Amino acid sequence: MTALTDSQKLAYVASQAADARVNVELETEGMTLNIGPQHPATHGTLRIIVRLDGELVAGADPVMGYMHRGYEKLTEVRSYPQITTLINRIDWLGSFANEVPFILAAEQLMEIEAPVRARWIRTILHEMSRIANVTLFLGDMGVQLGALTPVFFAFRDREHVLNQIEAVTGGRFHPNFDRIGGLKDDLPKGWIADTKQTMERVRTFCDEVEDLLMGNEIFEARTRGIGIIPPDVGLQFGLSGANIRASGIDWDLRRDNNIGLAYDELDWKVWTHPDGDSFARYWVRLQETREATKIIDQLCDGLPSGPVMAKVPRIIKVPAGEAHVCTENPLGEMAYYLVSQGDLVPFRVKIKSASFNNLSITPWLLKGVYVPDVITILASLYFILGDLDR
Amino acid sequence: MGLLAFELAYWQQTVIKMLVVAVAVPGAAFVLGYVFLFKMLSFMQSRLGPMEAGPYGTLQLIADGVKFLQKEDILPDRADRFVFKAAPAVVLISTFLLFVVIPAGPNAIVEDLGVGIFFALAVSSLSVLGVLMAGWASANKFSLMGGLRATGQLIAYELPLVLAVVGVVIQAGTLSMQGIVNAQSGGEIFGWGGLGNPFLLTQFLGLVIFMIAVQAELTQVPFDMPVAESELVGGYHVEYTGFRFLFFFMGEFGTAFAFAAIAATLFLGGWALPDSWGVSGTAMHVLGPIILVAKVMILSFFVFWVRFTYPRFREDQLQQLAWKVLIPLSLVNIVATGILKVAF
Repeated sequence: MTALTDSQKLAYVASQAADARVNVELETEGMTLNIGPQHPATHGTLRIIVRLDGELVAGADPVMGYMHRGYEKLTEVRSYPQITTLINRIDWLGSFANEVPFILAAEQLMEIEAPVRARWIRTILHEMSRIANVTLFLGDMGVQLGALTPVFFAFRDREHVLNQIEAVTGGRFHPNFDRIGGLKDDLPKGWIADTKQTMERVRTFCDEVEDLLMGNEIFEARTRGIGIIPPDVGLQFGLSGANIRASGIDWDLRRDNNIGLAYDELDWKVWTHPDGDSFARYWVRLQETREATKIIDQLCDGLPSGPVMAKVPRIIKVPAGEAHVCTENPLGEMAYYLVSQGDLVPFRVKIKSASFNNLSITPWLLKGVYVPDVITILASLYFILGDLDR
Repeated sequence: MGLLAFELAYWQQTVIKMLVVAVAVPGAAFVLGYVFLFKMLSFMQSRLGPMEAGPYGTLQLIADGVKFLQKEDILPDRADRFVFKAAPAVVLISTFLLFVVIPAGPNAIVEDLGVGIFFALAVSSLSVLGVLMAGWASANKFSLMGGLRATGQLIAYELPLVLAVVGVVIQAGTLSMQGIVNAQSGGEIFGWGGLGNPFLLTQFLGLVIFMIAVQAELTQVPFDMPVAESELVGGYHVEYTGFRFLFFFMGEFGTAFAFAAIAATLFLGGWALPDSWGVSGTAMHVLGPIILVAKVMILSFFVFWVRFTYPRFREDQLQQLAWKVLIPLSLVNIVATGILKVAF
């Protein structure tokens, strides 16, 4: 090769300079995208401000509070029996589960214990609301990833669970059935047999969804390794429920801190998954739904007889004191911190709902993922707007 | 237009051809929309679908069409007005042009171009332009992302689509659609002509690649990143309402029909029956369209079956599938076809 002439060198330098100029001019600018408050992936009114570099997420800020209904304040001007009506609407897919920790806290302060049968039926309904809640997640995850069909299966089979809840409580969505000292009513005739059939249906649904959705290669490609939450980070952000169990932390309040429900007397298993990604969260919830049907079967088999209501004064005044009760609700840990001053109404009720903590990890989790993964991660974290904003 | 016993003037023929295509596109969209989008989807999801409008809900799409026409024609404030209005037309024109070269009988073809299949693949890419126009002109970030995704995707899948067809062209030795049909109906399988020689047998790989690419061209699940309801809320057509949206809808389903018809022509023998069956040419004038539509429905069934079952790919996974799997496979297919063509 011959040496370059001066003019060639000059031309080369000039072209480099021109390239550099073009590159400077073509420097791209980030885009801010508002996902929500009205967006199908947010199941309601959550807003996520996403800063994008192309399809890559540079940062994400969730803006919560569009559905804030002031429940904590409202409880302060309502008598105890009225409050259950209100708190039913926190996690509207598994309503009954919202009532349980509150009633348990009130019972603790009044030093009343519900009869054994009431405790067992409470546990049945608690697990049923878990199924009613999580089956919808199992189908909805498909919709978020573009598969339309599973959610219809979910709605179809969830309907039977709701029918069973309705048969006992009279309410499909908002049962308002739990009372201080027991339950409003006993189970109707023939309910146990129907429930067992329903549980069989739910198990079939779980198998279906495992075949149809979870076994799908595209589903795995979209969820495996997406949105990995390491256990320590998950704990720092205070995740609970299936989200933290999917990160390999074996922590379930039903087993570890069981207050007033019948879980101690049953044979069941806490499912965990070591991966901590979206797939793991889906998998854990699927297994938990199956486990819940088994729990209900056991409860139905061993249901003790007796009254469903303890002796409770007609006018409920809760003695002064403080109580903190948390239970493992469908979305995770739900806790009520109840402060009473011996009045007809509570002095202060602090509601800790799982969705708020579960979603607070999003700014950390959504960094550096693609836009479609934002949806996958949000769907797999699984939050209910009512539970998020209260 | 050889169905008619008398000769027509050129302008008369042209008018008839225009009417046929003008009816065929909405008709095709209607049939696919009703049979697959309404009924098959519903049955797969354990529900009934529309049942009230007309017997078994058959008129539901007409009701929906009228509803679309009644809607307010909204033009976003910051939209590029001309481009915004033109985009649905561009998409629909590409669909109309596709129907020009699809043969439905010995003479039932609008224009048997010598470069038929080449023409079809070329005009089908016009819709990309419309989609990009719609995405850009809407002045909406979701639309823009949808439009850009659509462009990237359609360009990536244009290649396997074309390459999958090359195998058929090599085997048939012609680009003309009628020529490809005749090559199949008159062909022989190792000297046995009982079934003709549908290229389905020799070009099965080509058919699979073609159908996958068609799925992507139609931006249907699992390749519906550009519309992605759950993230982009509809992508490039998020700002469209009323009859402009109807245009996109008709374009989508009309194109689905057209591509299924092209696939049926290329791989399943099109409108023709094998020559050895001895069905007369006159009978084929009537039977041809029926046979073609039957084959189209079978292929569309697969298209929509996949659409309603699968989750969607992510953009990068979708590109990987095109560039790393489909294109190499179709190149292998071409080489193998070429070698075997020379060998036999």
